[in-house]
Amino acid sequence: MLINGVEIEDTFAEAFQMTGARFLITARNEKWALEAARKVTGFATSVIGCGCEAGIEEVVKEDETPDGRPGVNVLLFTMGPKGMEKQLLDRVGQCIMTCPTTACFNNLESEEKLKIGGKLRYFGDGFQISKLLEGKRLWRIPVMEGEFLVEESFGIKQAIGGGNFLILGENSEITLKATEQAVEAMEKVRGTIMPFPGGIVRSGSKTSSRYKFLKASTNTAFCPTIKRLVESQILEEVNSVLEIVIDGLSEEAIREAMRAGIEAACIPGIIRISAGNYGGALGQYHFHLHKLA
Amino acid sequence: MDEVRLILKAGLKNIPVEAETIRSDIFTGKSHEEIEALPLYQGNREVPLCELFEVRGERASRIRLSGDLSHIKKIGWGMKEGRIIIQGNVGMHLGADMRGGEILVEGDASDWLGGEMKGGLIRVKGNVGNFAGAAYPGSTRGMRNGIIIIEGNAGNQAGERMRRGLMVVTGESSDFTGSNMIAGTILIFGKAGRGTGVSMKRGTIVCFKDGGELFPTFRYNCTCSPLFLKIYLKRLKNYGINIKKEYLSGAYRRYNGDITELGKGEILLYERV
Repeated sequence: MLINGVEIEDTFAEAFQMTGARFLITARNEKWALEAARKVTGFATSVIGCGCEAGIEEVVKEDETPDGRPGVNVLLFTMGPKGMEKQLLDRVGQCIMTCPTTACFNNLESEEKLKIGGKLRYFGDGFQISKLLEGKRLWRIPVMEGEFLVEESFGIKQAIGGGNFLILGENSEITLKATEQAVEAMEKVRGTIMPFPGGIVRSGSKTSSRYKFLKASTNTAFCPTIKRLVESQILEEVNSVLEIVIDGLSEEAIREAMRAGIEAACIPGIIRISAGNYGGALGQYHFHLHKLA
Repeated sequence: MDEVRLILKAGLKNIPVEAETIRSDIFTGKSHEEIEALPLYQGNREVPLCELFEVRGERASRIRLSGDLSHIKKIGWGMKEGRIIIQGNVGMHLGADMRGGEILVEGDASDWLGGEMKGGLIRVKGNVGNFAGAAYPGSTRGMRNGIIIIEGNAGNQAGERMRRGLMVVTGESSDFTGSNMIAGTILIFGKAGRGTGVSMKRGTIVCFKDGGELFPTFRYNCTCSPLFLKIYLKRLKNYGINIKKEYLSGAYRRYNGDITELGKGEILLYERV
């Protein structure tokens, strides 16, 4: 299959079940809302190495937030509810509560909830105040600046992590340009994030290593500098490969993001679009590139 | 017809009537005849509803009452769902112990409006008597949840021993508003009377115009712009209440008290933009 002359390999991305949360950070202005969002999503590229995967979903206008201030929606994914509670408590407590003028609200309606503000409130040392309005409980925690406002419970739901595709190009410049274009197109799809820097991974991994102390190592089959030394999966004319990893709140959202990204990445100089999988043995979700396209 | 209409008959004696059975959740599913037969108490005499009201419609979760209902008490008592619209003035204990649904009064309401209510919305376009949302004698807690919106003036001791929920008074509030308050929120847009929040333990009272004479058992802490208040005011806009822009961005003097009690209650006095 070809899109704009770029080969779409007949393969699939293998993705996994995760637990997802969406929360809204508001602040006096967009600068501080984004500042908190960047901090709370920091060191959150891979659940294996960081404990969670997180990213900024979208900027929210002030007329769409509960307190009428600019906001940022953040998505966070973990392998299960227990890990989610720890990550939310740590990250909201350390990165949002500490950030000037911010407040933090749940933004995922779900039956399953985790008590986050309801636990962070103890930071108020007995001077925290509860406010219950139309079924939602907020905690007002006194801080040196004034008050930190945080919602009692955050909704969580079954989500998907590890959707991916690989962009194989003639050189690093064109490959980066195509991948940037793909990320830009995918950012418009609600309910998904791309947790790696700028949404892009340059160091994809395989789940084995010649060293006993390592669980994962570089994806040798897609490394152009050693393609004569290993069982390579890249063509002769490919000199650079970049990957986009996608986490989402639903299968449909990931599918839509991958579709948009692949189409945007098919520009002159790109040789092939591929995807990472483990032969279908590990992940519950398979995204076949041909079906997407 | 999607509502039941109850029209007070003319020429009735002004004897107090207890009308606990006028509740949307009781009317739902009842036929015209069954509604007419519902018991009311006129003084010490049990009478069928049709003796005092002309009934139109059946099997609806919305009730519309009209006439001067000043002597009709306990309408909507303990109501769980549905809607009651009262076109005129209404008597005591309207919506007391209410659990859910909505009551709209297009005139005035008497004492004990929403006494010890536990949920739902009561909205009064006119003035309200004493003890709105308050605790009954012998009870430790007043209003426990829900929203009361009074678009006129409120009498004495509104929100007395309030435990949770929101009370909004867009007019003036008389003396001892929020006395012995345990928690919850009271917003007063007009002038407040004497002793606002006296003996309160926790909870929030916001005075946008004039806090009246605060007792010396309230301590000034700081001048601030509480974020939670913006959320409350933004929500109130959805109820069609006119909120001045300066209230959203303005500063408030924060007092804590009553220090003769727990001292964790707060009174916020609007100060400036």
